[in-house]
Amino acid sequence: MSFGNLFSNYEEAVAMILFGIGFSNLLLQKNLIKKIIGLNIMDTATYLFLALKGYIEGRKAPVVVDGVQSVEAYVNPIPSGLVLTGIVVSVSVTALMLSLTIRLYRRYHTLDLDEISTQLKKEGK
Amino acid sequence: MDFVCNFPFISIILSLFSGPLCSILPGKWAKRVNGIVIIVVGILSAFVLAYVTGTGEAFIYRMGHFPAPWGNEIRIGVLEAFMGLFFCVIMLLCMVAGVREREAQIEESKQNLYYVMVNLLLCSLLALIYTNDLFTAYVFVEINTISACGLIMIRQNGRTIEAATRYMIMSLLGSGLLLLGICFLYDLTGHLLMSNIKEQVHILAQTGQYHIPLMVSVGLISVGLAMKSALYPFHAWLPDAYGYSTLSSAAILSSLVSKGYIFLLIKVFYRVVGFEILTGSKVANVLFVFGIVGMIMGSINAIQEEQITRMIAYSSVAQIGYIYMGIGLATQEGMVASIYHVISHGATKSLLFVAASGLAAASAGRTSRELVGSGYRNKLAGIAFTVGSLSMVGMPMFSGFISKLFFAQAAVGHAHKMLPTFIALAISTVLNAAYFMKMVICIYSPRYGGDTTGENTIVGRVVFMKEQPVKSVALICFIVLNVVLGLNSEPIIRLIQKGLAMFG
Repeated sequence: MSFGNLFSNYEEAVAMILFGIGFSNLLLQKNLIKKIIGLNIMDTATYLFLALKGYIEGRKAPVVVDGVQSVEAYVNPIPSGLVLTGIVVSVSVTALMLSLTIRLYRRYHTLDLDEISTQLKKEGK
Repeated sequence: MDFVCNFPFISIILSLFSGPLCSILPGKWAKRVNGIVIIVVGILSAFVLAYVTGTGEAFIYRMGHFPAPWGNEIRIGVLEAFMGLFFCVIMLLCMVAGVREREAQIEESKQNLYYVMVNLLLCSLLALIYTNDLFTAYVFVEINTISACGLIMIRQNGRTIEAATRYMIMSLLGSGLLLLGICFLYDLTGHLLMSNIKEQVHILAQTGQYHIPLMVSVGLISVGLAMKSALYPFHAWLPDAYGYSTLSSAAILSSLVSKGYIFLLIKVFYRVVGFEILTGSKVANVLFVFGIVGMIMGSINAIQEEQITRMIAYSSVAQIGYIYMGIGLATQEGMVASIYHVISHGATKSLLFVAASGLAAASAGRTSRELVGSGYRNKLAGIAFTVGSLSMVGMPMFSGFISKLFFAQAAVGHAHKMLPTFIALAISTVLNAAYFMKMVICIYSPRYGGDTTGENTIVGRVVFMKEQPVKSVALICFIVLNVVLGLNSEPIIRLIQKGLAMFG
């Protein structure tokens, strides 16, 4: 184990740090909007990681423009496909979370989830 | 290839496309379409089950035109087909039993949206069961989460919206970890199809290369799926979500949604990681510890709960703990016991929810004080609740007993885990008995007994079976299912063993 590996793979390290930031935000923040921002950071970090893994130094995007070139010319297209699918998923869950947040805000006039829980207990239903 | 081999694919597509169809149909027709789809999918699954039992080996169905390492495929063995059939049966019974509550509690204009969610849920459950591709599994995990969230919040009040938000947060944390785990595995092996990954993982394990990343990815996937299926410390959303959503949602969520994730986890263990590597790793121990903590803490929370549906919800936390304890044993017998418990809990918990709603309908409210004597007012629901409770406690003759027996048998001879398992099973059984029997005694207490104040008289009305024929039929089916599972467990256990052998 040496720090040398960490520096030579600094992109992956950045992706993991971002994932940690997003994860802890989603878990620990009280404010719902900040939670959603955390969610987006977390998902984007995963996509960064995937995209990095699919990239091969010195090759081009796998779009055939001037006749079929050899396989060696292109990077692996599957991770990009996975990233696209992941983005679709994360957009839809973000939309869902935001709509839930709007609902809660209209009802309780706060974005703080703990505050909402206390109000619910007071309602006592 | 025989024509039957198309059926799993047809059932997934059928439930997927009937979802959008339901959104444009009026409520009544949406209900019919939904019922028909569930029945048809169930029948198709039964055919598939008969076919794979006949041939005796799993078959692979190619999705699209590309062969194995490139294309997407689904793989069906005995266990998958059986689970598909079982999920359809439970879902149909839950939908049938809760029809009146749905009509009363959901706004008229949103009725058909409910069926959209249920169809999508069925589709995603089937896909989780059948798929042989990890990333497809991830996508359907998300579809499952979103439709489950819809099921929770379709009954609009503050509690359900808050519960749905908490559910989404926990689920998204879980799916973030799951996605990262899948990315790690893809990165290490270069494949997304489960069988191909397993070959590569095998090579990696033999050469000892990338040992730590491999364990990290297995850990991430396990923890992610455990979070999504509400293993103990991640259960905060569960009581509100089950306690305040409409009846069919509560029953479906407790007995199907979390089970889909557990099934996927077991499949990952067998088909992606390989059982030997799992046994050698420490991941199973973590699941074991949390399972045991969940068994006890879930029951303790349930004892403190006055409201019947919330009590049943906390009992779910304990039962999920049982399942993870079985997985955590990391033996073949432990897995068999866990899968049997998935089935037994699915049949029992939905029975309890339906029975509890019947009891509440015969009383003024849902707390144990208000439910006093309700077993006399709604006789069938009383009997059903007693059956469910006895099964959860682990009385012989009911399904819960068999799963406890198998858990204990699986633990026998295990070097370190035998004693903790036995102690946890014993404590948890006593605690289960404490709260379920308290509730049973409560519903069978004489009407005005124990009420010293005098003015606080218990109100309620008598509910006859004839009033709600559909629910009564569903309840009777649930009771029969429970007794059959309890008395006739032998063929099912053999089927599970055969299915697990086909898994690899």
